[in-house]
Amino acid sequence: MSILLSNISKNFGQFSALDHVNLEIPEGELVALLGPSGCGKTTLLRIIAGLERADEGRVLLNGEDVTDEHVRNRGIGFVFQHYALFRHMTVFDNVAFGLRVKPRKLRPSEDQIKEKVHALLNLVQLDWLNHRFPDQLSGGQRQRIALARALAVEPSVLLLDEPFGALDASVRKDLRLWLRHLHHELNVTTIFVTHDQEEAMEVASQIVVLNHGKIEQKGSPSEIYDHPSNDFVSRFIGQTNVFHLEKDDGVWLKSAGMSLDDARGITAHVRPHNIAVVKQSDSVSSPVFLKDWQHLGATIRLELGRDGLNGSGKIIYAEMPNEQFKQLELAKGDKVALFIKHAHWFN
Amino acid sequence: MSAVIQTKNNTKQQAALHDPTWVRTGLIAIALGFIVLFLCLPLGLVLFEAFSKGWTAYWSALTQPDTQAALKLTLLTALVTVPLNTVFGIAAAWAITRFEFKGKSLLTTLIDLPFSVSPVISGVIFVLLFGAQGVFGEWLMAHDVKIIFATPGIILATLFVTFPFVARQLIPLMQEMGNEEEEAALSLGASGWKTFFQITLPNIKWALLYGVLLCNARAMGEFGAVSVVSGHIRGMTNTLPLHVEVSYNDYDVVGAFAGASILAGLAIVTLVLKSLLEWKQSDR
Repeated sequence: MSILLSNISKNFGQFSALDHVNLEIPEGELVALLGPSGCGKTTLLRIIAGLERADEGRVLLNGEDVTDEHVRNRGIGFVFQHYALFRHMTVFDNVAFGLRVKPRKLRPSEDQIKEKVHALLNLVQLDWLNHRFPDQLSGGQRQRIALARALAVEPSVLLLDEPFGALDASVRKDLRLWLRHLHHELNVTTIFVTHDQEEAMEVASQIVVLNHGKIEQKGSPSEIYDHPSNDFVSRFIGQTNVFHLEKDDGVWLKSAGMSLDDARGITAHVRPHNIAVVKQSDSVSSPVFLKDWQHLGATIRLELGRDGLNGSGKIIYAEMPNEQFKQLELAKGDKVALFIKHAHWFN
Repeated sequence: MSAVIQTKNNTKQQAALHDPTWVRTGLIAIALGFIVLFLCLPLGLVLFEAFSKGWTAYWSALTQPDTQAALKLTLLTALVTVPLNTVFGIAAAWAITRFEFKGKSLLTTLIDLPFSVSPVISGVIFVLLFGAQGVFGEWLMAHDVKIIFATPGIILATLFVTFPFVARQLIPLMQEMGNEEEEAALSLGASGWKTFFQITLPNIKWALLYGVLLCNARAMGEFGAVSVVSGHIRGMTNTLPLHVEVSYNDYDVVGAFAGASILAGLAIVTLVLKSLLEWKQSDR
């Protein structure tokens, strides 16, 4: 089901949580609402669900205006950040709840409910836990039960609030991939809220970046990463080095091989992997030296100190593959030369 | 060698963490002594005095018409006020924990008012409102409605005094639980009533029972406010606590203590149920 938000605004007292947000989400997408805490992403999700009312604007699901529709009639599935499993019910009863509260005419028979609940529990690979109570489950298991419960009513839109926020790092990694596969299988339009840009990049097919109640950019992960539309998005997605032309950075950028003639702004954002590092012999005077480095697995992150000039103490981050780093045979304190391959310009 | 050092360290640590024995035994003795002197002794005395003239005197004191009437009035009062205050308490707790509105903190404070006001004053308020010289006095007289010195006044005063019990129990619990489970139920298509009965009520049931129990104990035992509005008409407007007082003032020791033994028995039953509920709650 497609989702259309037009001109959504929401204030909490003096605080403007959402400021005239317009967003269209086509059917079948897996969308991440990404932004720092307090940017309004959860509020937007709750407005789509009908758990919160917008002060202004309309919500359309599949072309139908549902702005004044109660949450129970919107046909959405909502997964809460802390799962909100019914603590006094077993896993089975939790998942069956949405089917059992249907009006009598639409309610499936108890046999059909049984069959469906077991099918859903098999889908989330937890059927063996059906007699347990929520407080006997691990975080990852609760998350999957919450998802099964939301799916039981066959929602046309699935909404997840910080779905991996409360989980261990390793469980989170597994669940991310699992959610992606599940979405592929079910093809339900899905929106999830996250503050973790890595998570958004890994799971979503579309990312909506929010800040201060406004949409900063919307696009596929690669679009957002490779062509950030503004300063905020560039800083928020992935790591970036920021150089200010107006300060002494201009001269320095030139020395790092950048042509400033096609500068389109006053700050240059350079991703760590867009900086090439070459070892210099001690005799050459270079202002940059290797301060420290960290092993990130396949890549190595170099912390490069820059002295001389005014930017003394400023640290530049560069990344390179593990193999390449070994070949360079760099040690802490070695002088290096930099070559900037690509930069984004912003005002 | 290292083992020796460790034991030394252990004893040192224990000495640092624990109070000397005389402090512990002293505190326990004081607490126990207090309970014996101020709780067990009076309770035993109540029973002793009630049976001082034997079983038959006790039984006839309980079965005399005035006592029976007082007992019935007390039960009626509790039967009306406890369900009403259960509903009010749930409604108030719901409003305070689930909605944002102006004057919410004022409402929260006002719920505690019956606890902070002397019960006598609570009674006087009703006399000032509904008494013969009260605000509505003339109108009530003209329509032949009796509130003060009658059962409705007793019920109203008890209602007022026992209002906070249920709400006080529920508010902190419902605040701590949040409303995510209810939101989840609604998002799954449940109606408001189904959400309340299938999700909210099971989650608050122990605290609710606990509140109801305390509310009931107070409704049956309330003296001050009821004393002001009742008028002490024997066999008519005397509740059990008032009956105890009247009997005692008449030097009817057995009658007074027989009535008191019922109230004391109620207190013990309440205590036992209360500990059972607490144990049940902590078990969950």
